[in-house]
Amino acid sequence: MSTERKILVLGGLLLAGFGMLYGLHYALFIEHQTLDGMGAALTQAFVHAAEHDVLQGHASIDSYARLKYTYVRQVDVHSHWIGLAMLLIGLGVVFNQVSFGPQVRLWLAIALLTGAIVFPLGVLLQTAMKGPVPSALAVIGSAVITTALLIIAWGFARQQTE
Amino acid sequence: MVNQTIPLGAAANFEATSSQRVLVFGGLALIATGMLFGDIFAVFVLHQNGGQTGHALLSASRAAAAGNAPAVKEIFGQIGGLLEDRGTKVDTHVHMTDVGYLAILLALVQPYVALSPRRKRVLAWCFVIAGALLPAGIFLIHYVGLAYSFSAVIGWASVLADSAGALLIVVLTVEAWALWKRLRAKISTSNAELSVGPSREQRLLLSGGTVLILLGFLHGAWYAGFDLYRHEASETRILNSVLDSTAHGPDGSAAAVADYGSLAAEKAVQIAAHSHIIEFGLLAVLLSFVQPFVHLSQVWKRRWIAVLLAGSVILPVFVLLELKLGLVAGGIADFGGLMVIVALSAMLAGVLRYSGSVDPQPGIYP
Repeated sequence: MSTERKILVLGGLLLAGFGMLYGLHYALFIEHQTLDGMGAALTQAFVHAAEHDVLQGHASIDSYARLKYTYVRQVDVHSHWIGLAMLLIGLGVVFNQVSFGPQVRLWLAIALLTGAIVFPLGVLLQTAMKGPVPSALAVIGSAVITTALLIIAWGFARQQTE
Repeated sequence: MVNQTIPLGAAANFEATSSQRVLVFGGLALIATGMLFGDIFAVFVLHQNGGQTGHALLSASRAAAAGNAPAVKEIFGQIGGLLEDRGTKVDTHVHMTDVGYLAILLALVQPYVALSPRRKRVLAWCFVIAGALLPAGIFLIHYVGLAYSFSAVIGWASVLADSAGALLIVVLTVEAWALWKRLRAKISTSNAELSVGPSREQRLLLSGGTVLILLGFLHGAWYAGFDLYRHEASETRILNSVLDSTAHGPDGSAAAVADYGSLAAEKAVQIAAHSHIIEFGLLAVLLSFVQPFVHLSQVWKRRWIAVLLAGSVILPVFVLLELKLGLVAGGIADFGGLMVIVALSAMLAGVLRYSGSVDPQPGIYP
């Protein structure tokens, strides 16, 4: 098995395992508590409205929005890590059919693995850090994957026409 | 005429007791069942659930306008139940199909895994069983709840799902370790790989799948860049306006609640289109690997591939059009999903035929 296929298959398996481990940790220690918190905040907002305390109601809505912002990203990280890992393994199996030289294929494999790690990591960091760095990581990671995939698709097409 | 070409070494790896057969059959069955579950959910639960949630939110705003705090709490308890019902069913669908994908991917790397055939088979069975128990546990969360639970937040169904998830992680870790061991030892695996040769059917699925994944990535990037933050801000704004409107009497919030429903629908169709087009792309790529094991004529192979790729485009496109065309588009999208399921089932039948053709016949000895 060539180096680039090893990177993709082994990297994909490890990333899938890590994504599952993150999902298990999330399901056990975070998800139920977060969902309960979101439900409580929304209920509290309407209870405040029933008590004619609209200002407190708005504060509860803000609290709900913050929790949901975090929840959406944490779930996205789990699904994207595993989804991208499956893509890496699948591409690893057929990577010898990408019609470029070994050096280009190696860089493509490194780019795919790096993007698959960095993109969800950037999304996860959005829940822990403020500022442009997490979003920049997510954007760069996804751009790297998309560009690599475009080149790989071209590589498959070249193979077909040759 | 049935295509009789069997790839070199493939039959040896696909014998009745092999881990590859367990993973390919288990994986395809999980994917087909997960998709069928998703289609049934989309037709019979999704829209009804959304309608009930909107109606309950309107009732909550009316109770708030009437100053009835206990009723607000009760209605939000119902909304929580509706959202849990919907969420666990979506998760059941997603986890079942994704574990199926992983099973097929594991089947592909089996020739490289440095374990005895017996251990590989045990791991394969563990993976498929855990892959069935994980979504089953998720599905039961809504119905079992916290009955007889030892915890205030986690019920027994969650324990089942989490235990199955842990078993999947263990299997995956052992497979990765054994794969690493084999690769370090540099033992030749020639004649032992699943064939990914250049047949026309395989290329069609491979290139079609890659294009679908790319389209899904581009759509996801567009959604994250232009819609995600706008949707999040809109949700907060609309919920605040629902609260404000309760001051204008019981019927003051109807318009704001309707806006909230529209926003929820807009978010749901964008996310569903993004995830489905990528999942179908990945499915097409994976199915290209199992084509050598599909014992059907070339004509029928190509027909089923065309049905699969057409359904893979129809579903996400018409999910996106649901906001403009309404339930008609929803029905067409569901039909697209059914096309994918039928094509997948046909290929599964082809793999069954293949396995029958390579298994020794009773009373016939070599």
